[in-house]
Amino acid sequence: MADQTIEIRWHGRGGQGTVTASKLLAEAAMEEGKYFQGMPDYGAERMGAPIRAYTRISSTPIKPYCQVTEPDVAVVLDATLLDIVDVTEGLKQEGMLLVNSATSPDQVRSQTGYKGKVYTIDATSIAIEALGRNIPNVPMLGSLAKVTGMVSKESLIHELRTRLGATMKQEIVEANVLAFERGYDGTKAT
Amino acid sequence: MQETQYVKGKFVALEGDRVVAEVMRQINPDVVAAYPITPQTEVVQTFSEFVADGRVDTEFIAVESEHAAMSACIGASAAGARALTATCGAGLALMWEMLWCASGLRCPIAMAVVNRSLSAPLNILTDQTDMMGARDTGWIQIYAENHQEVYDNAIQAVRIAEHPDVVLPVMHGLAGFVLGHTLGRVEMLPDEVVKEFVGSYKPRYSLLDIEHPTTFGAYDHWDYFFEHKRQQWEGMNCALKVIAEVGEEYGKLTGRHYGLVEPYMLEDAEVAIVIIGSAAGAVRVAADQMRAQGVKAGMLKIRCFRPFPPSAVAGALKDKKAIAVMDRSSCFGAEGNPVFIEVCSSLFQRGIRAKVVDYTYGLGGRDTVPGEFCQVYRDLLQVVQTGVAEPVFRYLGLRDF
Amino acid sequence: MAQKGWKEISLAGLVADPGNSVAYETGTWRAFRPVIDFDKCTHCMFCWIYCPDGTIMVEDSKVLGVDLKHCKGCGICATECPRKAIIMVEEAKAQRG
Repeated sequence: MADQTIEIRWHGRGGQGTVTASKLLAEAAMEEGKYFQGMPDYGAERMGAPIRAYTRISSTPIKPYCQVTEPDVAVVLDATLLDIVDVTEGLKQEGMLLVNSATSPDQVRSQTGYKGKVYTIDATSIAIEALGRNIPNVPMLGSLAKVTGMVSKESLIHELRTRLGATMKQEIVEANVLAFERGYDGTKAT
Repeated sequence: MQETQYVKGKFVALEGDRVVAEVMRQINPDVVAAYPITPQTEVVQTFSEFVADGRVDTEFIAVESEHAAMSACIGASAAGARALTATCGAGLALMWEMLWCASGLRCPIAMAVVNRSLSAPLNILTDQTDMMGARDTGWIQIYAENHQEVYDNAIQAVRIAEHPDVVLPVMHGLAGFVLGHTLGRVEMLPDEVVKEFVGSYKPRYSLLDIEHPTTFGAYDHWDYFFEHKRQQWEGMNCALKVIAEVGEEYGKLTGRHYGLVEPYMLEDAEVAIVIIGSAAGAVRVAADQMRAQGVKAGMLKIRCFRPFPPSAVAGALKDKKAIAVMDRSSCFGAEGNPVFIEVCSSLFQRGIRAKVVDYTYGLGGRDTVPGEFCQVYRDLLQVVQTGVAEPVFRYLGLRDF
Repeated sequence: MAQKGWKEISLAGLVADPGNSVAYETGTWRAFRPVIDFDKCTHCMFCWIYCPDGTIMVEDSKVLGVDLKHCKGCGICATECPRKAIIMVEEAKAQRG
């Protein structure tokens, strides 16, 4: 590939683990010897408020430290944001949109009008089932790993076990790994 | 040069604030007196954990304000200790009085400044208003563009400050949030390599040296005060050489060479952007894009703002047809913002009459993307074409209506 | 005293030679000088304690006199002396004898 840089824009709500996901992905990329940035877009840091975060992953050193305005991938952790945030703004036509939604990719496509690839994953159900709480970031990571292939499943699971394992109980870490795998396997494509 | 001769580091993923704290851990200073303030908080928080966990021997002084933080660092430094601290924005402003005492007493304190705007209106995001406001306090100032530079500058700052020809405090800036809270890739040197590079601090005078009692901070009348200020000038003058030397020595160790300025695609450039700090990366992308369109675009990044390196700057820019100086702070009522004034003076003193314009950008955390810097290059082409630099004072990314 | 240039003086005005205030003869500031009446003096050392410049010369617990090279003539010793054994005499008159 000529351009081996992937830019991701994350959309979520405060408390859903959006920033954590953006950084977990970046760290997993390091495991594979890649360059990366995991960047929160700080605004109103309140539970429930719409927030954005960015991840850049590249085979070469990353120059810009600005926000991602023309992402290759837009990840939406909360489908209700589709009504209030323009999640496809600047999104490359040859890129992809991944949404946490129980609906089909076609429904998301008609809702957003996005012409590129659209994927959905019911990350909320997975999270509630596996973790008992609506923290959809980890299943979304699994789904993202599957649809982009930019960071391997193994690297991300290793990262989950290391990063979450530093502060969480073993059973919660493993529940997260399970949520990740379900996200990886359960993605719906157009 | 063979890459194998360089010390191999370990790649880690860290937020910029944590990078600073990790360097402080590796240096293991005698004293850290600091007060937490967004977006510097994680520096102090992380380092205080190192102290609590016994990973450093540092005497950590939890103070009641930044004025007290700097005062405690000055006292510690006068007592012969290696003292480090960190702050940002309003915290640096509150240190103001003591910044002068640190430089005037020749206390080689190193301080990370996680650049933040100054209120009002209330704002916690990045620009360079804080450090630019402190540019005349007698502190050396260097700025980082990316995570690796945050790490490398934090190490070199100690060596620069304590060099016997300098003996001045150093502040090293990193953009708040953009570097401070962003996760980035850093090659960390082994602890012992850092310890060896910074060495141990050997103060010429120490309050705790009871064999050689010394008075610090005695009253200085009109008959000698001026001469002591002249000594500070000398320290700053020497710092230009020392910063370059330390950067070179660090380069030999790590493969990452540092100087006073860093050109990018500048050699044959006709139009140039001059910038300091984290937005330089976006300028690099813009220069690449303009080059792809056949425009000879280049960049000069200024790493060291105090002392200002006039010869390096003028030498790099002397044959450029049009120059845009980017200022991420606002010098209200002045004939140009801080970086612009320095660049223009450097050129003028060397008889270079270039077309130079001053762009204020990025205030209060306003993001600037490569496309906007491409527009700056196009504006410069316009200046070259028409021969008209006016208006000299411009805004980038402002809703100018 | 000849004034020194910036290259000759200590960095930052640090005073690294302790006790150098002896070289600064503040006695020239004096308008009145203390004169001790040794008939009244009980060597109680009040003057020695109170003198802000350490100019009361003492040996073997006996007051010997005042170091006039450094006495500024502030008069604190005279004020504090419980026996009123110290009087302040106009300097010009004292010098005339």
